[in-house]
Amino acid sequence: MGDLIGKSVKRVEDNRFLKGEGKYTDDFNMPNQTFAVYLRSPHAHANLVSVDISAAKAMDGVITVFTGKDIKDAGIVGSICGWQVDFKNGDTMKEPGHPILAFDKVRHVGDAVALVIAEDFGTAVDAASAVEVNYEVLDAIVDPKAAVQDGAPQVHDDVPNNTIFDWELGNKEETDAAFENAHHITELSYHNQKIVPNAIEPRAALAHFDSNDDKYTLYTTSQNPHLARLIIAAFVLSIPEHKLRVIAPDVGGGFGSKIFTYNDECGVLWASKQIGRPVKWTADRTEAFLTDCHGRDHVTDAKLALDAEGNITGLRTKTYASLGAYLSNFSTCIPTWLHGTLMQGLYTTPAVHVDVTGVVTNTVPVDAVRGAGRPEASFCVERLVETAAREIGMDPAEFRLKNFIPPFDGVEQEGYQTQVALQYDSGNYEGALKKVLKNANYEKLKEERAAARSDGKLMGIGFSTYVEACGIAPSAVVGSLGARVGLYDAASIRVHPTGKVTIFVGAHSHGQGHETTFAQIVADSFGIGMDDVNVLHGDTENVPFGMGTYGSRSLAVCGSAIMKSVDKVKEKGARIAAHKLECSPEDLEFANGSWNVKGTEKSVGFGDVALTAYVPHDYPENEEPGLDFASFYDPTNFVYPFGAHICVVEIDKDTGEVKIVRYIAVDDAGNIINPMIAEGQVHGGIAHGIGQALYEGALYDDSGQLLNASMLDYCIPRADNMPFFETDHTITPCPHNPLGVKGIGEAGTIASTPAVVNAVMDALTDYGVKDLQMPLTPQRVWTAMQQAK
Amino acid sequence: MIPESFDYQRASSVSEAISLLQKHGEDAKILAGGHSLVPTMKLRLATPGTLIDIGGISELKYINDKGDYLAIGARATHWDIESSDLVAQKAPALSQAAGQIGDVQVRNRGTIGGVLAHSDPQADYPGVVLALNATIVVQGSRGERTIAVSDYFTGLWETALGEDELLTEVRIPTDRANANSCYLKFPQPASRYPFVGCAVAMDSSAGNCSDVRIGFSGVGETAFRDSGVEDALRGNTLNESAIASASAKAADARSVLSDVFVSEEYRRAMAKVYLKRALTKLT
Ligand SMILES: Cc1cc2nc3c(=O)[nH]c(=O)nc-3n(C[C@H](O)[C@H](O)[C@H](O)COP(=O)(O)OP(=O)(O)OC[C@H]3O[C@@H](n4cnc5c(N)ncnc54)[C@H](O)[C@@H]3O)c2cc1C
Repeated sequence: MGDLIGKSVKRVEDNRFLKGEGKYTDDFNMPNQTFAVYLRSPHAHANLVSVDISAAKAMDGVITVFTGKDIKDAGIVGSICGWQVDFKNGDTMKEPGHPILAFDKVRHVGDAVALVIAEDFGTAVDAASAVEVNYEVLDAIVDPKAAVQDGAPQVHDDVPNNTIFDWELGNKEETDAAFENAHHITELSYHNQKIVPNAIEPRAALAHFDSNDDKYTLYTTSQNPHLARLIIAAFVLSIPEHKLRVIAPDVGGGFGSKIFTYNDECGVLWASKQIGRPVKWTADRTEAFLTDCHGRDHVTDAKLALDAEGNITGLRTKTYASLGAYLSNFSTCIPTWLHGTLMQGLYTTPAVHVDVTGVVTNTVPVDAVRGAGRPEASFCVERLVETAAREIGMDPAEFRLKNFIPPFDGVEQEGYQTQVALQYDSGNYEGALKKVLKNANYEKLKEERAAARSDGKLMGIGFSTYVEACGIAPSAVVGSLGARVGLYDAASIRVHPTGKVTIFVGAHSHGQGHETTFAQIVADSFGIGMDDVNVLHGDTENVPFGMGTYGSRSLAVCGSAIMKSVDKVKEKGARIAAHKLECSPEDLEFANGSWNVKGTEKSVGFGDVALTAYVPHDYPENEEPGLDFASFYDPTNFVYPFGAHICVVEIDKDTGEVKIVRYIAVDDAGNIINPMIAEGQVHGGIAHGIGQALYEGALYDDSGQLLNASMLDYCIPRADNMPFFETDHTITPCPHNPLGVKGIGEAGTIASTPAVVNAVMDALTDYGVKDLQMPLTPQRVWTAMQQAK
Repeated sequence: MIPESFDYQRASSVSEAISLLQKHGEDAKILAGGHSLVPTMKLRLATPGTLIDIGGISELKYINDKGDYLAIGARATHWDIESSDLVAQKAPALSQAAGQIGDVQVRNRGTIGGVLAHSDPQADYPGVVLALNATIVVQGSRGERTIAVSDYFTGLWETALGEDELLTEVRIPTDRANANSCYLKFPQPASRYPFVGCAVAMDSSAGNCSDVRIGFSGVGETAFRDSGVEDALRGNTLNESAIASASAKAADARSVLSDVFVSEEYRRAMAKVYLKRALTKLT
């Protein structure tokens, strides 16, 4: 390898982004284009008595208005659930339909009722407000635990007790026994609140049906255009797959919310054929709040059992997980397979039992948001662990070190088999914790805390250690767990005659910097410059079928596919080089951009070989011209990044405000390709998790209104809320992929939420406050202090 | 979102703006910085038929020392105020409030006239101009009149400004108390508007508190002067115990806003905390 890997190469894509010259879906226009607006329900739960579109349809500039009946009559069902999680007793998961436009009932505020298409956007908005809808308002249900009770409002007629599935993982008997024999039991009951993803670019679609060749084109805000194409073509609109092109150009953030194929985008694609003109739709911020899938929303009781020596002997949780009003694509696997499987954390806990009930409520659908299931798991485990340590009077760092799984590299030592299905690939948890203790100067920090407390100040230190499963995922494994898709990725490398290279990847960059990282890998592999490599993604017509970007998978999965294609190029290149050098390929080694005959000065460069491949005048017999390879990579396991974070807070006694004064992180994501980009991901991830701990949360009233559906009311953390991040890493390579890489996109979010809450609880020690509902707003903290007085 | 369609008129003088107001009546709205009006129009909470843009009236954009008072034109932006040495000297509370409004873009566009005409209960300035004992100057078809600030805020979103009147100037007395004033703000974390904004102007040059005026923004349905606290302070030496006992009375006799983010109890308690901090700052 050359010297680009491991270097903080500046992000290639920032040239256009920083100048405001990125091209997003809404920046594209087509001749003869029309504009769509969805009319959305103001009620969380209501029968649709009538929808009168006559006045709207008669307005100047209105092309047409569709209702739920039109779409139902066309035989179109809505988007689908991509993961089947059945009941414990073997009954099949409930799968209520999700119509593109409601026809009998609306089930959350924001549910679409009509689709208005007009010559311009303003007219479409005017016409939408001229649609007259008669609603018969019903009682709504918001709380997932209350939703399963008899007598609760029923969101779907065919889902008794609003229960989609119930699910368990781990060994119940052994866990029960662990609790019976426990010396100490720590208990927490909490609501891991619903959060709104808030990508800066709202969802959008520009759809066009071309009757000349019966072909659809959809520009859209997707993290995974191929998956969108598959779902739309095969499941929603029954379009032959080769007649649908999905393009996800620059995408302004997703945090998971743009993984899913939403009904709105399908609706405009369908409409474009009905009216024979292109249709553009762009959500506004209110719609983003009311329709982008939310995250979390777990109501959980959790318990940890300890023996007399402070060893963890068992962990048990019961969670009611809201899936919102309808099942989004991956809604069912998030609170189950991406959550329950992480409940052992980094500990040797011999008995674990996780029980999850998936529930529909009259709220915006819930699906993956950064971390997706794993933040909920790490929050549970790390809050329990820290609380337990405090309760038995042991230092939380010492308590963790005592209970950690010992280091294993996955090569000399085997991977670690947990009680909850996963086999961790490699880990050195004590290495990360010891490093963060050193970086934080923990002993001194404790002295500072003691001094602050004797001055009457409220200072707290909180820990969070995590292991997560990402690099999603081995297809056969997830298939056996109910996934209806594979989770490999794909990359092809096209070496051009002049030795320049284009790589086509299935991963999709919407903030991650793939155009830089992937180019670094390829440039290094071929000994060429960054400028010699171009990375293309996001267009189903140009790139091989890949599964996109989420679950911190791009480098571990798509990067591995790139490496497979690199190997193929090198192998064929060696044969061509051998021909030119009149030796056999085995005599060659590739270094510094050329094939060299071992032990001689004789060599031929990468560019020469490329040219020869395309101008094959003097060429090996039976060798095809060209230098162009595609590869698919299906991982053999998840990858398991881990780390240790310390958060230090001060609380203003008068106001209850929490200020993070220090945040020290050590993360281990295996080998690092671009340290700057990796650190950026850690910063963003930590900020996201701090957001949940201190600021964010969807506020619903009992009637199902989302009370803070705007930036004026929903608090996303700002730069001035953030401390200076003190980041560092350890490196424990992944033993099972070619680059030895893990994932870093979600780690910060998984780690930081419990670190902050643990720090606040530490600061409130003297008040005897053990737990508080997130977000830890000044008012909540102040009220808790008042009540303790 | 996108506003309903509307007519747009650009006034080039105060008199033209007034005659346009008269002509279009209730259906018209003045457009200043647009940073309160345009967002409400986009959400279609406001649907004026005509906008009268006063952005081109340069005669309304000034900050002048008139001896007894500072004259601030209605179109002075938050940035104009924040960056004015004159304001920093004669009325530091106003300067501090201006510097804490929104972000740079908002401060470059938003105007003092717009804030006071809009009378958002959560805005920063109202409590400040009360504490500074300002006078509001307005012009309408019947000519110019001045309104004492104590008569200006008449209710939630309501002011003494007449329908065909333009707010033209804000006058801030250049007295001792105003020169010794400050503004502290506890922002709502998402909007960063104050859920408690506390302005204090106080003359304690003779050793005890001879002149004291306290204004709160964000706490009640309208901004208000807290006379209970003022009475408790007047004539006293400003020491720790005087501050403690006076600030404990903050917002006591008042009905206090309560919303999903901040309860009445907490808001009232924070009014006391912020008053205490503001008074302490002035000692
Ligand atoms: C992101 C953001 C953050 C903000 N943060 C804060 C904050 O922290 N604190 C705060 O106090 N404010 C805040 N604001 C509001 C900001 O201060 C506005 O600028 C201000 O409320 C209105 O001033 P304007 O000049 O923009 O008025 P406009 O929006 O143009 O007008 C507001 C109203 O006043 C009327 N009007 C305007 N000028 C006159 C006049 N001369 N005579 C008669 N009527 C008039 C208009 O007809 C309209 O009804 C924020 C705004 C935004 C967009």
